[in-house]
Amino acid sequence: MHIKTMAEYAANGETPEVLFWVGCASSFDQRTQKITKAFATILDKVGVKFAVLGREESCTGDPARRAGNEFIFQMMAQSNIQVLNMYEVKKIVTTCPHCFNTIKNEYPALGGNYEVIHHTTYLQQLIDEGKIKVKEGGSFKGKKITYHDSCYLGRANEIYEAPRKVLEILDAELVEMKRCRSKGLCCGAGGAQMFKEEEKGTNRINFERGQEAVDTGASVVAANCPFCMTMLTDGVKEAGKEDSVQVLDLAEIIAESLK
Amino acid sequence: MQIVQELLFVIAFGIAVYLFSQQARQIRKNILLGRDEDLTDHPDQRWKNVLLLAFGQKKMFRNPLVAVLHFFVYAGFVIINLEILEIILDGILGKHRLFVPVLGSLYPVLIGLFEILAVLVLVSCAIFLIRRNILKLKRFISKDLDGWPRSDANYILITEIVLMTLFLTMNAADQNLQLRGSEHYVATGHFWVSGMFASIFNGMSDSSVMAVERTCWWLHILGILAFLNYLPYSKHLHIILAFPNAFYASLEPKGEMENMPAIQREVQSMLQPELATEAPAEGAEIPKFGAKDVQDLTWKNLLDAYSCTECGRCSAACPANLTGKLLSPRKIMMDTRDRVTEVGKNIKANNGTFQEDGKTLLRDYITEEELRACTTCNACVQECPVSISPLDIILQLRRYLVMEESSAPAEWTGMFSNIENNMAPWKFGPDDRENWINEMNS
Ligand code: SF4
Ligand code: SF4
Repeated sequence: MHIKTMAEYAANGETPEVLFWVGCASSFDQRTQKITKAFATILDKVGVKFAVLGREESCTGDPARRAGNEFIFQMMAQSNIQVLNMYEVKKIVTTCPHCFNTIKNEYPALGGNYEVIHHTTYLQQLIDEGKIKVKEGGSFKGKKITYHDSCYLGRANEIYEAPRKVLEILDAELVEMKRCRSKGLCCGAGGAQMFKEEEKGTNRINFERGQEAVDTGASVVAANCPFCMTMLTDGVKEAGKEDSVQVLDLAEIIAESLK
Repeated sequence: MQIVQELLFVIAFGIAVYLFSQQARQIRKNILLGRDEDLTDHPDQRWKNVLLLAFGQKKMFRNPLVAVLHFFVYAGFVIINLEILEIILDGILGKHRLFVPVLGSLYPVLIGLFEILAVLVLVSCAIFLIRRNILKLKRFISKDLDGWPRSDANYILITEIVLMTLFLTMNAADQNLQLRGSEHYVATGHFWVSGMFASIFNGMSDSSVMAVERTCWWLHILGILAFLNYLPYSKHLHIILAFPNAFYASLEPKGEMENMPAIQREVQSMLQPELATEAPAEGAEIPKFGAKDVQDLTWKNLLDAYSCTECGRCSAACPANLTGKLLSPRKIMMDTRDRVTEVGKNIKANNGTFQEDGKTLLRDYITEEELRACTTCNACVQECPVSISPLDIILQLRRYLVMEESSAPAEWTGMFSNIENNMAPWKFGPDDRENWINEMNS
């Protein structure tokens, strides 16, 4: 497979269909890189012409802004917008709900207007168009899967159904956690919490959520966000279930089930 | 005698309305201490919110059983106010049941409906009292409600029960007198609920029953006037402010954080000086970054504070609160209200100017530890039945901490400098972004 950057496309005088915005979390961490690779594999397999920015991508500024540092947010946002506008990007897909929210909702005020799609919605579209087909009796057949609503896809942007529809094409049983959809419980990483210790309390948020996921009896916890992925993996481990409960991103689940 | 009663009524009514309007003006002034923000775009969407969220109580129905009980109390309150219109006119004009000739046979039907509502209100308030004081629901026993807020809630419920009981007793006595053919008590037809109890007054003399009727009438209306004046000091103010608050509720996606044009301009002039929009006029006040005290918040934040019903649905859903952190979004709202009320008093006492009192919303009311614990998950905003955003206040206070005071946990400072130097919150350089690409391409 050859992953092409925007710069390569531009050098050949071509434009891709869509820009895959990878995001920091999914670029660097060994575990979360797998989400990126899985999604790229899907795009490649169904024949979507996509590009990444590679070294030209920067942090969207989301954690800085939410921590209160508007200066750094503006620096990142404005330079990202410069790059995106220079390449005349129209359509962006991303596997990170934080990047999705920032580029979709916060960049327009700064002159960055794009069609921004989260990868779960994009997967659903590809399924609806018949481009994604899954193996019959794949590795998720008959398994119990529980889906974790990330705050930034769910409450922040009210996307609840697309990811569930994606999971429905598997021959698996979807079970809901005690708190789901608009009542979903945060994984504990948003608002720049990922980058510091939690404040003192009686429990950690991701332990609480990990326990809820485990309590459903599911053997797969489906996530849509690299931050949730990290937090839930720890949460499931804390509940002592790391051997029997897998935390996987929707992209990984679909990539593994592709026909 | 009649004229004395009329006079007394007019005086009592006048005083109540005057005092209430004074308080209402003070609250309006307090709210306007906040920063300006234009929230009048998309009026159609805003009116829709008023209908759905305030009249329709859409958010309440996230918990259907409680929503129904609350709806009774609310509908009872709104509709019984129509009845109060008659009482007030009667009081001023020295008449009795002024609307009987106007409404005719519709009259007992309306009163009957009011009475049924009154019973529903009574029962609902009783259940609410039980939930708060006997079942002790978690969100009602947390310590941010200790003291006044907890008694406030109970006073309101007890008052409503008393008012409804007075209303029903008054009608029962009235019906009894009607049956006796008492001259002043025009025949209205059968009252559905109180009519069933009219006979309990049979053994009493005309004048005693009249005394009961008049006493209930007076206590009922004086109670309502007193209640009106209690509102501005109580969480119960939400019965009025929920409406404007729904109208001015944010129409943006919840994930969107408010832009700061001043900083946008500054950064633009660094990155693309050729594009930089004109600098603000010389001498224009440099805005403070973020909020330290209530005057730095927007007027909508302050309206939020006065609209908060202290129900705690926000805190009950807050992941930080759930896991024992200090943060409670309800407390954020209560603190904001307390502080803005205090600032308003200060200004009033000092002839219209604020005298430094050595306190601020940040730290004296809301601590850094609380602010730091928020994951910006929006659960509080989602749950709030009266369209309040505690998160918006939290984020503005965080901005103040970081940008004006450079106060951030060391890990955040590290994250900031990583972003600034490496374009990523971790210690990875731009080239590392291509590691996975190289792995896939090889
Ligand atoms: S946004 Fe912050 S305050 Fe509101 S519920 Fe989430 S963590 Fe709690
Ligand atoms: S902010 Fe809303 S949800 Fe929270 S206590 Fe106040 S009214 Fe209730």
